Amino acid sequence: MQYLFRFLMGGMIVSLFASLGDVLKPKSFAGLFGAAPSVALATLGLTVLADGKAYAALEARSMVVGAASFFAYSALCTWLMLRKKLNAAPATIGSLIVWLAAALGTWAVFLRR
Amino acid sequence: MNVSFNLGALAKTKWYEYLVRFAFGGAITVTAGILAKHFGPVFGGLFLAFPAIFPASATLVAKHETRKKQNAGIATTSRGRQAAAVDAAGATLGSVGLAAFALTVWKLLPYYNSALVFLAAKAVWLALAILTWCLWRKHLCR
Repeated sequence: MQYLFRFLMGGMIVSLFASLGDVLKPKSFAGLFGAAPSVALATLGLTVLADGKAYAALEARSMVVGAASFFAYSALCTWLMLRKKLNAAPATIGSLIVWLAAALGTWAVFLRR
Repeated sequence: MNVSFNLGALAKTKWYEYLVRFAFGGAITVTAGILAKHFGPVFGGLFLAFPAIFPASATLVAKHETRKKQNAGIATTSRGRQAAAVDAAGATLGSVGLAAFALTVWKLLPYYNSALVFLAAKAVWLALAILTWCLWRKHLCR
């Protein structure tokens, strides 16, 4: 039941931010909402209620690493599409490996105990 | 160019494209929760900033832009890709705000009211994302 609620909340908030990106101009400004904290907003409140503030704060600390990896990921996407003339789908899907490598690599080296 | 709203753009998105976004958004939210449950909050927290719907959004931007140009009689494939690249550049700037959001929650949540912390974090995210964008535009237009 909790997962169904998470699914609905996540879907709703993510869609809301994505639609905000649709209606805004110029595209570079709209792109800001592509990196909105939508998943975090959908999930952190529920986490505080279910597992407490300390647990949610720990998640947020890791999210800093996730966000830094997002920076590397989207910068790479820009470069691949603009300079290497790669189409949007292969550039954005293929680059997910960079997000995973950066996030999991940092986790393995600095965060895992 | 100034920032503007165009509500008509919502009509360009098809119902199944909205459905895909909803499903991706819901799925990553559930996945982040499951990963945190099984591997702990330190691992699960990483996925709060996973670019789950970014590929779908960028592909949509490229598709809409290409369709717009084709309707105008311009047969070009590069315009869609360029629009998606600019969208990705915006997301890169936005990720600075995303990191600031996470930092705010991490540092303040243990000590203050949750609702207030989330409100402050949202404000920090929006302010920093817009500020970064303004600085980038200023630098670009110099």
